[in-house]
Amino acid sequence: MPGWKLRNMVALPTNKLEAWRYTDLAPLSTLSFAQAPQATAPALPALDMPRLVFVNGVFAGGLSSSLDFAAPFAAGAEDSALPLALLNAGLARDGVVLNVPDGVDAGTILLFAQATATEPFAAHLRHRVTLGQGARLTIIDIAKGDGVYWHNPVTDIALAPGAQLAHYRLQDESREAFNTATIKAEIAAGAVYEHFTATIGARLSRTEIHATLRGEQASAQLSAAQLLTGEQHGDFTSVVAHKAPNCPSRQTVKSVLSGLARGVFQGRIEVDRIAQKTDGYQMSRALLLSPHAEMDIKPELQIYADDVKCSHGATIGTLDENQLFYLRSRGIPEDEARALLIRAFLDEALEPVRQEDAKELLEAAIETWWTRQ
Amino acid sequence: MLEIKNLHARIGEKEILKGVNLTVPDGEIHAIMGPNGAGKSTLSYVLSGRDGYEVTQGEVFYNGQNILELEPEDRAAAGIFLAFQYPVELPGVGNANFLRTALNAVRRKRGEAELDAVAFLKLARAAIKNLSMKEDFLKRNVNVGFSGGEKKRNEMLQMALLQPGLAILDETDSGLDIDALKIVAEGVNALRSPTFAALVITHYQRLLDHIVPDVVHVLSGGRIVRTGPAALALELEERGYAGLEAA
Repeated sequence: MPGWKLRNMVALPTNKLEAWRYTDLAPLSTLSFAQAPQATAPALPALDMPRLVFVNGVFAGGLSSSLDFAAPFAAGAEDSALPLALLNAGLARDGVVLNVPDGVDAGTILLFAQATATEPFAAHLRHRVTLGQGARLTIIDIAKGDGVYWHNPVTDIALAPGAQLAHYRLQDESREAFNTATIKAEIAAGAVYEHFTATIGARLSRTEIHATLRGEQASAQLSAAQLLTGEQHGDFTSVVAHKAPNCPSRQTVKSVLSGLARGVFQGRIEVDRIAQKTDGYQMSRALLLSPHAEMDIKPELQIYADDVKCSHGATIGTLDENQLFYLRSRGIPEDEARALLIRAFLDEALEPVRQEDAKELLEAAIETWWTRQ
Repeated sequence: MLEIKNLHARIGEKEILKGVNLTVPDGEIHAIMGPNGAGKSTLSYVLSGRDGYEVTQGEVFYNGQNILELEPEDRAAAGIFLAFQYPVELPGVGNANFLRTALNAVRRKRGEAELDAVAFLKLARAAIKNLSMKEDFLKRNVNVGFSGGEKKRNEMLQMALLQPGLAILDETDSGLDIDALKIVAEGVNALRSPTFAALVITHYQRLLDHIVPDVVHVLSGGRIVRTGPAALALELEERGYAGLEAA
């Protein structure tokens, strides 16, 4: 359907919806979408691991590794009422299905989505990741591109008892692009979903995670670092639903905003009536490097159990002049001192990323972001 | 050599230093004593280049260079080191990373080769041993969770590594027990040489039992009101600062 406009097809969520109060998709709805252009080979990161590559919304078999636990895209119904996930379900044409059997440690894989747009186009990838009992997998999930385009991926995750999925995302899209990613994770007893997103690119982006803890000792560890500048808008929205007793969850979001950038964090902890001994933690800190940057934080706790530990905190501040002077008085140039303090500010969010390649990649992306400032 | 000539400085509208004159020749240690509010900390911040302190008159020369136009990092590279009264905590910044970044920044500006991780660790471990510090100091975040004494030792460690030509100790003795005081004194005394000078700012005489100054100055009301030998500190300890303004 070349030349189609979203607003002619579906109703995008507007600010009138509480879940979309701080993120306005209006700039997206006025775009005129063309057919995705022919794929050109992207520059892949130098990571020595199996990879699955998507170019302009299409699986690039020639650039991808053959994995015995990977199957091609299978269209699936959307069981949520999330508007962008529903849209994805209707329009998705590609994606990958990962199925790690019981007890298998599948190591680390790269999931790479590249877009190169001459005219605006949209890509709705749909992935499904299923880990069997005690299975393990680490996914390094990178999105990059050039030009104006819209990445609207959905990732459905199901973790059987004792499974462990580490999901490290680097959203490094073109600064003219849009990225709206929806991740839904069903986490069984004793399983762990560990998530980190670095939001660096895109003109407008939103990462929306819905993690549901279904059995005892299921765990959701969600963290993010948003580094935004110019007129970028970045939204990290996470909902953790505790539907079983004795589950821990963490949401840790650090935002560094300069120029006219706007950051959003909406974090919700839902504790079901039966979810006693829930240990929920949520923290959002923002560092404003410019007087024109803005951060909107909406923490929500919905607690229906009576024996739980849930805490949340939010701070918004600037770089500490005392710390800056201390570093400079030791001979460290101002730029380097600022970079050091910003990296230190992000530490709590980055700390859980233990996989060496992911850590190195994310550190490098953060450093590059800073040197471009 | 440090030469301060008719230095006037203010914070906002408030004039704090009202014509300070002071010369510290190489190889000497001078003490600056004075009552609270005399301008002691202001002097140390003006010398190290902190924002918010406006010099309205006067000059400061260090080794013949007027330093008032230099950024704090350039003053550090030139050899000026300020030991803070309240060392700043840096959560998320490892001490080893901090020390190495500082040392290499200074070495770069001084035209010396940067140290790799191995060479740095060797140097840092030796300095730590000299200061009777535990090696886990390097692994901790800068000053986070340090006791008062540990923070001051960490200042001395930085000083030992950066090898300044002029050390300014801003009430480094405040809140220290006698053992920590001795460590600080040893840190300074270890650097004594014909090419090292120090300005020891203190409210109390007790630090000067361990770092014996060549000259003692009394700062009061934003001016140096008396200058004398080490014995002047003892006299002040006995008689207090009262009446000095008139002297």
